Amino acid sequence: MRKIKELVIERTLLASSLVTIAVTVGIILVLSVEAVQFFSEVSIIDFFTDTQWTPLFTEKHFGILPLLTGTLLTSFIAIAVALPIGLTISIYLSEYAPRSFRKTIKPLLELLASIPTVVYGFFALVVVTPFLQQLIPSLSGFNSLSAGIVMGIMIIPFISSLSEDALHAVPRALREASFGMGATKLQTAFKVIVPAASSGIIVSIILAISRAIGETMIVAIAAGQQPRFTLDPTVPVETITAYIVQVSLGDVQHGSLEYRTIFAAGITLFAFTFILNTISYRIRKKYQEKYE
Amino acid sequence: MEIIMETTISKIKTLNSVIDPSLKKVPKIELQDVKVWYDDFLAIKGIDMTIKQNSVTAFIGPSGCGKSTFLRLINRMNDYVDGFKMEGKIKIDGDNIYKKKVNVEELRKKIGMVFQKPNPFPKSIFENVAYGLKIQGITDKNFISERVESSLKQVALWEEVKDDLKKSGMALSGGQQQRLCIARTLAVEPSIILMDEPTSALDPISTAKIEELIYHLKEKYTIVIVTHNMQQASRISDFTAFFYLGELIEYDKTKTIFTNPEKTQTENYITGRFG
Repeated sequence: MRKIKELVIERTLLASSLVTIAVTVGIILVLSVEAVQFFSEVSIIDFFTDTQWTPLFTEKHFGILPLLTGTLLTSFIAIAVALPIGLTISIYLSEYAPRSFRKTIKPLLELLASIPTVVYGFFALVVVTPFLQQLIPSLSGFNSLSAGIVMGIMIIPFISSLSEDALHAVPRALREASFGMGATKLQTAFKVIVPAASSGIIVSIILAISRAIGETMIVAIAAGQQPRFTLDPTVPVETITAYIVQVSLGDVQHGSLEYRTIFAAGITLFAFTFILNTISYRIRKKYQEKYE
Repeated sequence: MEIIMETTISKIKTLNSVIDPSLKKVPKIELQDVKVWYDDFLAIKGIDMTIKQNSVTAFIGPSGCGKSTFLRLINRMNDYVDGFKMEGKIKIDGDNIYKKKVNVEELRKKIGMVFQKPNPFPKSIFENVAYGLKIQGITDKNFISERVESSLKQVALWEEVKDDLKKSGMALSGGQQQRLCIARTLAVEPSIILMDEPTSALDPISTAKIEELIYHLKEKYTIVIVTHNMQQASRISDFTAFFYLGELIEYDKTKTIFTNPEKTQTENYITGRFG
């Protein structure tokens, strides 16, 4: 009887893990099939070299570059904001802050990541952009700058929290060794603890980048919906995710070429985040072996 | 096994400009009416003690008797422990190290520490030994590499690692790691070396090597060692202090402690009747 119970439980667990794999495989399959059909009509070379993305216009261009630069630009700005702030917070919390302060502030910081992104999007559009316009008069109403900054604020906890975990996981013995040599807290933090936790910190940064690249609502609301091949942060752009939202909400006919652009864009996005996550997984695996 | 004591150090001119020359003198340590609390728990109940220079002093006693706490008072390593509170004076060469104005970092440069578990940095062997010099702001590459070599020679590790100085210190065996940690401590030329059960995580052969090393080191340093191993205390130390429940029960020449202890508690402990 007990054996049967064990077997049932085991099979249920197996089945639920198979479901997740099946879903992932299904998504990849759908993406690939639609993308293959798309690339049978549009040359893959044009896709990566054409600097215009106008699938919904009469004169159609299918160059992913404008969407890609839009995505990379907003993500870059976000990381430029989140990285210094996130790392400073993590080092402060792990090496300087009293334990009680650390215990209270960390969950509060993580709250930043749980605010609905649509709220962030509106915050960027109605607060940050008007504020920035006072400093940069030429800033247009939709722009990658404020979207990027707000997205940066949103991903701070990804960096600060995960980096803090990595810093905190550095054995106490290493801190004592460094202090015992007469090192100050600052020297210990930067010469021993940060290098020892570097792989964990890199993982946190990659995950944050991957989150920024995949972020949709903030950029769809605040960065605009004009695919533009530019690195100018003051003008409207469109990211891959924002484009997918735009087309999904519109009345594009199923099965049409315009419809398939979603999948071509989607698979590009997927490739990006997949590569980033794989790198971070590899680094994490290496990191886990480090102190054994 | 021969331990090569290099004289390279003295011929290097940069040294005096960076390291306090008074450091060369081996100081004695005086502890006066020292009490330690962890929150409300009185861990050290008022101890007076003088530790002689150029000798090895062993702290023995059952776990939780306060001997590690006592050792870590000498380089103020307890400062980071939550709830730590301390009363009394600890004088090194007559200066109370618990005075307000004391620069703890400077103090620790003079008092090296070797820990229970080997704790090399996840850096190369070379960088491990060079660490103390580099944080003191020494940039002279020749000086650093000579010092790394002489330190590794002092711990008899040089021959084993001289071709792999770029290898991670963590790739060494446990015994080698501990000798690396001792070399790291020696590289900054402290005058006192504190050792907190330095061989408890090592095999007998590595232990023997480190014991031999300690025996040679006392020519230049004052060494205080916490140990759980009675034989070790009797083999390597000149003086032995027996601690029990936060009190110093007996403190005398090692020979006396092990052959003719005054207190029955000491005798019971060293003969293995309790602890």
